[in-house]
Amino acid sequence: MNLLTVVLFLPLAGFLIALAMPRSNPQSSRVWALLVSLATFAASLSLLAWFDRGASGEQFAVDLPWIPAFDIHFFISANGVSFWLMLLSTLLTPICVLISWRSIQSRVKEFFAFLLLLEFGLIGVFLAQDLFLFYVFWEISLVPMYFLIGIWGHERRIYAAVKFFIYTFAGSVLMLAAIIYLYIRTQTFSYPAILDMLAGGRLTFAPPEQMLLFLAFFVAFAIKVPLFPVHTWLPDAHVEAPTAGSVMLASVMLKMGTYGILHFCLPLFPSAARACAPWIAVLAIIGIVYGALVAMVQPNMKKLVAYSSVSHLGFVVLGIFSFTQIGLDGAVYQMLNHGISTGALFVIVGLLYERRHSLEIADYGGVATVAPWLSTAFLITTLASIGLPLLNNFVGEFLVLQGTALANYKWTIFASIGVILSACYMLWLYQRVFYGEVNHEVAGHVPDLFSREWVAVVPLIVMMVWMGVYSQSFLPPVSKVNAQVLAQTQVNVPFRVQLRKPAALEALRAR
Amino acid sequence: MPVSPMLDPADLIRFLPEILLTAVGTLIMVLDPLLNKRSSRLYGNLSLLALLAGIVAAIEAYHHPGPAFGGMLWIDGFATFFRVLVMVVGILTILPSFRFLTRQDAETSEFHALLLFSIAGQCIMVAANDLIIIFIGLEISSIASYILAGYLREDKRANEASLKYFLLGSFATAFFLYGVALIYGATGSINLSIVRLAQTGPDAPSPIFVGVAAAMMFVGLAFKVSAAPFQIWAPDVYQGAPTPVSAFLSAGPKAAAFAVFLRIFMTAFEPIGNDWQWLVWGAALLSMTIGNFAALLQQNIKRMLAYSSIAHAGYVLVALAARSELGTAAAMFYLAAYAFMNIGAFAVVSHLSGRGERYQTIDDFSGLGQKQPLTASMLSIFLLSLIGVPLTGGFFGKFYIFRAALESHLVWLAVLGLLNSAVASYYYLRILVMMYFREPSDAACAAEPLTPGLRAALILPALGTLFLGIFPNWVLDFAGRSSNLLR
Repeated sequence: MNLLTVVLFLPLAGFLIALAMPRSNPQSSRVWALLVSLATFAASLSLLAWFDRGASGEQFAVDLPWIPAFDIHFFISANGVSFWLMLLSTLLTPICVLISWRSIQSRVKEFFAFLLLLEFGLIGVFLAQDLFLFYVFWEISLVPMYFLIGIWGHERRIYAAVKFFIYTFAGSVLMLAAIIYLYIRTQTFSYPAILDMLAGGRLTFAPPEQMLLFLAFFVAFAIKVPLFPVHTWLPDAHVEAPTAGSVMLASVMLKMGTYGILHFCLPLFPSAARACAPWIAVLAIIGIVYGALVAMVQPNMKKLVAYSSVSHLGFVVLGIFSFTQIGLDGAVYQMLNHGISTGALFVIVGLLYERRHSLEIADYGGVATVAPWLSTAFLITTLASIGLPLLNNFVGEFLVLQGTALANYKWTIFASIGVILSACYMLWLYQRVFYGEVNHEVAGHVPDLFSREWVAVVPLIVMMVWMGVYSQSFLPPVSKVNAQVLAQTQVNVPFRVQLRKPAALEALRAR
Repeated sequence: MPVSPMLDPADLIRFLPEILLTAVGTLIMVLDPLLNKRSSRLYGNLSLLALLAGIVAAIEAYHHPGPAFGGMLWIDGFATFFRVLVMVVGILTILPSFRFLTRQDAETSEFHALLLFSIAGQCIMVAANDLIIIFIGLEISSIASYILAGYLREDKRANEASLKYFLLGSFATAFFLYGVALIYGATGSINLSIVRLAQTGPDAPSPIFVGVAAAMMFVGLAFKVSAAPFQIWAPDVYQGAPTPVSAFLSAGPKAAAFAVFLRIFMTAFEPIGNDWQWLVWGAALLSMTIGNFAALLQQNIKRMLAYSSIAHAGYVLVALAARSELGTAAAMFYLAAYAFMNIGAFAVVSHLSGRGERYQTIDDFSGLGQKQPLTASMLSIFLLSLIGVPLTGGFFGKFYIFRAALESHLVWLAVLGLLNSAVASYYYLRILVMMYFREPSDAACAAEPLTPGLRAALILPALGTLFLGIFPNWVLDFAGRSSNLLR
């Protein structure tokens, strides 16, 4: 037991107590959820004091037997990547509580209880080091999100909720088969132990075996990311979800997929991952360009942001499969950036919806005149999202493109189109919603930010600037972990693929 | 093994649960005309006591393991596990039936007596190590359940269910008996251990002979566990039978029949395992696929649960197809988890169905989450467990089964089974959708408040489901130790 365990179980305890709270007093549920999520955030922040930024390995490990008959352990720890993702989850949960304060008026107690359960599942996914435990958290996080979309969503919420559940569930059953298979091969669920066996050469996979296992894991993660062409659940889920659901979904849940690829797929099945890299990169690039193009023509703000997520997450996948240090660092940084900036986009779109009760872009216009602060916040977020230098996404996108260029220059060219397109659709969105004639409906219904909303928006904007200006606060631990992941993809490779990296590097240097 | 004419007192201890249940069942039938009461509450309470005492007796018998009556019964961990399981199923059937019987104006003593007889039959089945005793247990259990299925005699559907169940059931039992006869002809014995030995000796019977007998018994037992392609009766019977009886049929007799299935095929027919494995393989895949895809189309909740129970029979057959001790243990664990979640789900259906079982469609669950949060949340736990979401018994059971299948290199069966479970999530989610995402329906508004019996009947299986999902170690341990059947 250590502080990390406390961070993990606080939301669960909060959930259980929230269930027992009186239905007749919704305010108590709100306050309780806020307190618990803030306490969780504070606890996770205080972990920073003990967090060793120079270490590449796992920290704060807790390993307790859970089901001895099957050698299943409660085994959690954090490394330089999962630590930031955990902080992202704990930061966004109180923000989600704040923005749902007024907008959720029915079944308040259940809403906030589910939000805390979701936080528990998400943190667990990032911390679990036992494959069985990982699968448990992976599925647990599905249930509260299903209810959040289904109960508090918009018109087509049922369709979206069921689609969301079935897509993820169907993808993950094969991962379960692969996890069981790994267990049978290794007699353990402990992920570090399996990696040790791989490194020591005590565990090797025949090429077809490795490929199938890789695909079983990868499909589950790709659906979650979501990678083109299995992304179709995402726009539905985002559009129909309540604001807090969209924020958690976009900011944290999608990262479960990319984190899974980085943390499990690459070290476990390096040769298969390298063999598939060109195909996956092509899918990622299609996702980048396709997501951006579709975002451009959306009449619905939330759908636009949702498709922009498909595009942004394409960058992350591309960075991971560049198999370069820079690309991997960029991918992880982009995961965090997307969590902050897209989270903020959904927050502000949610605030607009609360005021005007519409998500259609056509129903807006001239918001900047009536609500200047809200517009400013949205502008900064927009600029961050399109990758303006000094704001966070620029760093991530730049690193990804640089890493990709080292791996394959053509990928960079196509991926860069996505950057340009993102500027088009985001700025066009901004122009149509915030500038122009003040729409009559807008004038009467869109007040500026309230103090509670200030509290929700400002931390995100601060993070955008901080991460854009001084990435050194965040990147070094990430690089350490990524260096180790890259080293792991070099060991024990029975059919090694010839890397193009060195040649490309020299060609660049020669120029 | 010669049957000794002298009765060993230890035999009586080993047979005590059956004696208890039969005695109380008979007592209830005698008391009824004497007391001439309208309410059946007394008989229900008496049955509950008998079942609790039976469980204690079964545990006591476990401490005296070994043969009874010259090897006709064999009390071991396996038998004890299933004896306790069917008696727990009995308790969970009786708890919600109090209110149900009052509402249908059908309070009689027979219901409880028949239930006890049926459970006694199942206890005999699971402890038997002799084909004739298995057959006797099977008949005691089945005949009582045929009557139970038609218990609401004014109801046409119940009559249809009962008749269909009876006709097809007798047909299946005949198959089973034919198999027993063939085995006796081939090996000269009906004792499972001797049948097994006879196949390895120098004058072993023709494997074809044994194979045909195994196939016959397979048909009989596949009918009893409602595995495809012998599942046709299940939806009609489950729909027509009174809901507590459907709950009982889907858990108790099924678990007992699976116990027999495991015991016969893992001991007597173990030498020809390579020949029956593909048969079970096919039946498993067919059951999962037919059950899950047909369930997608159902509007009636009881029919849907019937198809779902066919699919779950398929999952357990996967464990049997693994042909290992691990598979046996997995099947044991799964049947326990399944009993809890399915009985719980049926208890909610029986609570909601109202007088004359009017409300039986999935739409009738609309808005239950708002009207009766406790009922709805308990049903959610059962449904999530049926889907196989972690931290529920259903998930761990599936995990165990597919692990056993993969250990036995049944990769395709495991993959197809897991994909099947993803398909299944859709129809279980439909009920969740109705309960939480829709406005309340007449049925939800008309639902009575929970009685203490019903409350217990919902909370106990829910706790059981969660217990098996979060702390499965104890049951895992026991199942693992008891899966090495007597050979």
